[in-house]
Amino acid sequence: MNHSSIVQVLLYLFVLLVLAWPLGRYLADLFEGRWATRWPRLGRLAGHAYRLCGIQPEEEMSWWRYALALLVFNAIGVLVVYAIQRMQAWLPLNPAGMAAIEPGSAFNTAISFVTNTNWQGYSGEAAMSHLTQMLALAVQNFLSAATGLAVAIALIRGFVRRSAQGIGNAWVDLVRGTVGVLLPLSVVVAVFLVAQGVVQNFSGPQEVSLIQPFEYSQPKLGTDGQPLKDAGGQVINETLMAKTQSIPMGPVASQEAIKMVGTNGGGFFNANSAHPFENPTPLSNYVQMLAIFLIPAALCFTLGHMVGNIRQGVTILAAMSLIFLALLALTIWAEGHANPMLTALGMDGAGGNLEGKELRFGSLQSAIFAVITTAASCGAVNAMHDSFMPLGGLVPMLQIQLGEVVFGGVGAGLYGMLIFAIEAVFIAGLMIGRTPEYLGKKIESFEMKMVSIAILATPLLILGGTAVAVMMPDALASLANPAAHGFSEILYAFSSATNNNGSAFAGLSANTPFYNLALGLAMWFGRFTVIIPVLAIAGQLAAKPRLAETPGTLPTHGPLFVVLLIGVVLLVGALTYLPALALGPIVEHLQLFH
Amino acid sequence: MSKSQALPLFDPKLVKPALLESLRKLSPRAQWRNPVMFVVWIGSVLTTILAVQASSGRGDASAGFVWAITIWLWFTILFANFAEAIAEGRGRAQAEALRGLRRTTWAKLLREPHYGAQWQLRESNELRMGDVVIVSTGETIPGDGEVIEGVASVDESAITGESAPVIREAGGDFCSVTGGTRVLSDWLVVRITANPGDAFLDRMIAMVEGAKRGKTPNEIALTILLVAMTMIFLFACASLLPFSLYSVSSAGQGLPISVTALVALLVCLIPTTIAGLLSAIGVAGMSRMMQANVIATSGRAVEAAGDVDVLLLDKTGTITLGNRQASAFIPAQGVSERELADAAQLASLSDETPEGRSIVVLAKDKFNLRGRELHDASFVPFTAQTRMSGVDITKGDAQQHGQRHIRKGAAEAVRGWVQDQGAAFPSDVLRNVEAVAKRGSTPLVVADGKRVLGVIELKDIVKGGIAERFAALRRMGIKTVMITGDNKLTAAAIAAEAGVDDYLAEARPEDKLKLIRDYQAEGHLVAMTGDGTNDAPALAQADVAVAMNSGTQAAKEAGNMVDLDSNPTKLIEIVETGKQMLMTRGALTTFSVANDVAKYFAILPAVFVGTYPQLARLDVMQLSSPTSAILSAVIFNALIIVALIPLALRGVRYRPLGAAVLLRRNLLIYGLGGVVLPFPCIKLIDLTLHAMGVA
Repeated sequence: MNHSSIVQVLLYLFVLLVLAWPLGRYLADLFEGRWATRWPRLGRLAGHAYRLCGIQPEEEMSWWRYALALLVFNAIGVLVVYAIQRMQAWLPLNPAGMAAIEPGSAFNTAISFVTNTNWQGYSGEAAMSHLTQMLALAVQNFLSAATGLAVAIALIRGFVRRSAQGIGNAWVDLVRGTVGVLLPLSVVVAVFLVAQGVVQNFSGPQEVSLIQPFEYSQPKLGTDGQPLKDAGGQVINETLMAKTQSIPMGPVASQEAIKMVGTNGGGFFNANSAHPFENPTPLSNYVQMLAIFLIPAALCFTLGHMVGNIRQGVTILAAMSLIFLALLALTIWAEGHANPMLTALGMDGAGGNLEGKELRFGSLQSAIFAVITTAASCGAVNAMHDSFMPLGGLVPMLQIQLGEVVFGGVGAGLYGMLIFAIEAVFIAGLMIGRTPEYLGKKIESFEMKMVSIAILATPLLILGGTAVAVMMPDALASLANPAAHGFSEILYAFSSATNNNGSAFAGLSANTPFYNLALGLAMWFGRFTVIIPVLAIAGQLAAKPRLAETPGTLPTHGPLFVVLLIGVVLLVGALTYLPALALGPIVEHLQLFH
Repeated sequence: MSKSQALPLFDPKLVKPALLESLRKLSPRAQWRNPVMFVVWIGSVLTTILAVQASSGRGDASAGFVWAITIWLWFTILFANFAEAIAEGRGRAQAEALRGLRRTTWAKLLREPHYGAQWQLRESNELRMGDVVIVSTGETIPGDGEVIEGVASVDESAITGESAPVIREAGGDFCSVTGGTRVLSDWLVVRITANPGDAFLDRMIAMVEGAKRGKTPNEIALTILLVAMTMIFLFACASLLPFSLYSVSSAGQGLPISVTALVALLVCLIPTTIAGLLSAIGVAGMSRMMQANVIATSGRAVEAAGDVDVLLLDKTGTITLGNRQASAFIPAQGVSERELADAAQLASLSDETPEGRSIVVLAKDKFNLRGRELHDASFVPFTAQTRMSGVDITKGDAQQHGQRHIRKGAAEAVRGWVQDQGAAFPSDVLRNVEAVAKRGSTPLVVADGKRVLGVIELKDIVKGGIAERFAALRRMGIKTVMITGDNKLTAAAIAAEAGVDDYLAEARPEDKLKLIRDYQAEGHLVAMTGDGTNDAPALAQADVAVAMNSGTQAAKEAGNMVDLDSNPTKLIEIVETGKQMLMTRGALTTFSVANDVAKYFAILPAVFVGTYPQLARLDVMQLSSPTSAILSAVIFNALIIVALIPLALRGVRYRPLGAAVLLRRNLLIYGLGGVVLPFPCIKLIDLTLHAMGVA
């Protein structure tokens, strides 16, 4: 790492914290109800939404009602997204005349956007109509982020409330999240992106003349669509001249903003943030990176404000930041070196590893973007992770496997990290001779049961899914690469789907019946087998009295707890995935650098 | 004080039955209680089958290797069984010592429940609840009960170790008697309060023996976490088989991982160390309480003791020596000190309380006033209503005294008495009373008729070293609260001298209960000691309630621990023992999980080096061969259980430090130590195996 990269990273973190601090405070106001009076206009908007939907804002929900509400709401979301995709050919705003999405892909995409994953087995500009992009996908970008936000807030309420029956109202929290933070932030970011040159229109693809036409040859097709063959059985090739290019258009900026702010990551175009219409300038790249971490970082401060001790939130944020910085340093270092097999052939390796990278961003900006997007369960990409060096690719995969707790998804990152904090406190609390407690709440067997379900679900889906895939010839047929790298591609796909990241090692052709089904299930269960136990913990904790803090209480703020928390996150992640990683990126690295 | 029966860790008398017991515990039904070890058990059965298969030449690995793994897996279970068996053996040995008291004796069952009624002989184990017996001099009390008639001195040394006899009498706080103790003088009529086998001691012995030992709440929560970890490792290991098959077919070399190696890897990774020692830690915690002469009615109580952060301590007997001593005479204006001392001595001559005696002693020391025989005088004893004692002298003894009514008592009481006679209470005396109280002493006002003579200062003597103990408690994060019937000023001064954090003055029993509830509402866990029947509601409310064995049956039933020594300071040791048990659990869990890092480095390269030779670079320990690497990890995993049995039984050393310091220290020792230690150990085992030519 050179000075320039260190300065860039530190500047990024500094600006992030400066923005996250007031937002954290705002979020605490928002979800504690003070917001409507301080921001009367937004408050009235929310009021309209409650009346429109028949929500009684004062009504408290028990944890299972809260969970049921979210589950039903998201299940309906899946049906709606599925239906719009299947019917898009007959619906308006389809200038390119896109056909209906086939059922397998539509099923996968519906779950993908509802679960905040945004795994994309399709290619946006070649499959989705503008209406589908806006009404199905972008809407879920908002609602899935609001769901994550609601769950995190409900969990915080569990810690804050004393001997209470409810953990809030799911409908109110969804409305507040959407109207109070996601919409306003998205508007700001979208306007900025438009200013940077991101397109925003309802046009169909534009045919433009090439500055430099070129010749290409392709098999000549007969009337039946099959290649024509000559008498010797050889395919007849015809030579054609390309003079124009079809450039896809659409309402990109509006979708791009929530893609980042809501840590969704699903691109309008297949190339995602590597596409100049999604991410045209270094500045837009920078703002996109900020937008990804903004709400997850702010939520740590929100936690601090709501539990009445800001240091608790800062501790969580510090643990996240340190893991992030360490893994970022490793990636920047790994991507700063060119592939030794290429330099051996005499290639200049000064630019680092440039395979699969947008040259506008280079190896450094690509590495930073990749680490941010996988830390935060966003999954937007501005470079192809598949083409990273083995260790450079290991980091995104590992961050996803850690459970997306390094900043993580909107809400999901915080509640994931709090699960780890409960685990850390459980063992460490015993070591000081007390039964464990966190933020004044005793951690007992019910909480440990729920924590266990939450930490068991993802390894089961990832390792189980990968195990099934490597045993199925159909699944292996999707691989572009053999051996260790092929293994990494499958492992990455299941890790990404289960932990709701959505980025991919793109060597895997995932739009097949097997992967559409398997990854769809992984996304759904990866999301809700964590959310439901988290809400159960919230409900159980809310019902408990809050214990007083004494010098004998385990201090859950300060450097020692930061180290402990990092240790638990890394140890659990490493112990679970080390064997699998050893057969993927680690062996690849050892093979490349022997 | 507690007699520490230092029980040797591995008493040869206990080891042999424990070894037999560990074999008996191999049955799946016994293993099922411990899910983690049950997984090891299944793995052992599986490798045993594989070993038999390999011996016939059809196995997936060499027969020698499979047998070696199999044997060490069984040893892993045996070692864990042994740890549990030896802990139970020690507990049982302690219980046997107590049970010695429970020999059958003869009881004299009364036809009617009063002294002098006809009785018939019965065996003590035939007595039912509600039966009334008479116990005379030299006889053993046949069962737990309540004295309904009589006063007697009773030797309770068999239970408490305290040789001085105690007085038991009907009514009040000294009416409870324990079966197995002996009446030394006089007689008692006792109503039996427990059926045979259900007596207090019986229940406690059963508890200690582990026969009824259920898992404590924290043990259950920890077991859930351990099971979750086991399942994660189960996923990691089970998925390795397909991963390995894929890698072998894709790389085109090597052999897929053998099932034996997978089972070995799984057993090494799952937290066998803590799982194997968990129940031993719990049993040992109860045993340590027993060694301190405290019997806990449940493991839950021992666990709660570690959590306590407020201690309610009675002033008298706990913080101060039981008795207050007269230390000064402060006369009223116009009264000589000698006149005051004289009246005070007269009022105290027949007062047999320690305070009364100390007044007589002080008068003698200061003015050489000797005890006199009083004629025509009647002693007025202290009552709760008058709160005064004194003497009425009807005829003059010698020349200077006419008819006199001398009273000494609390300032308020004497004031009322004087004012009832139409006199005023002098303001200088009132000031002196306040000054004395402010110093933490108790003022006693002396009056002769309507004339107030002055104040006697009674000093509370704070126990030596108590302030240091409270400072240690404060470092542990435990708040100490002194409970006293004294007035606020007195209480504040003693509280300052003893170094308690807070005090409750002029406390009535119901105030105690309220105080506990208030602390609990604020989120504290409260411990207290008590012995009287009026303590029972507070004991029942407290999170940790230690009843004195000398206390009433009601107090003992309400508490969740009984201190056989009846020593209120014991609360501090109880808290430490509770903390020690939790710390041992946490430390071994951390150690167990931290060990896994090294085991991965031993086993992963060993099983995949055939497929990907480059992975040999992960073999940082440079082990001699793949089979030796796996075997060394398994042997380490088994031996570490044995090596940690002493720690599990004795407990991690507890020091009264702040939570942060403790955590840092234990994280370093058991966390970092747990990561580092296995590397040299596994290497050493590998070298030994290599030298022996086994692998």
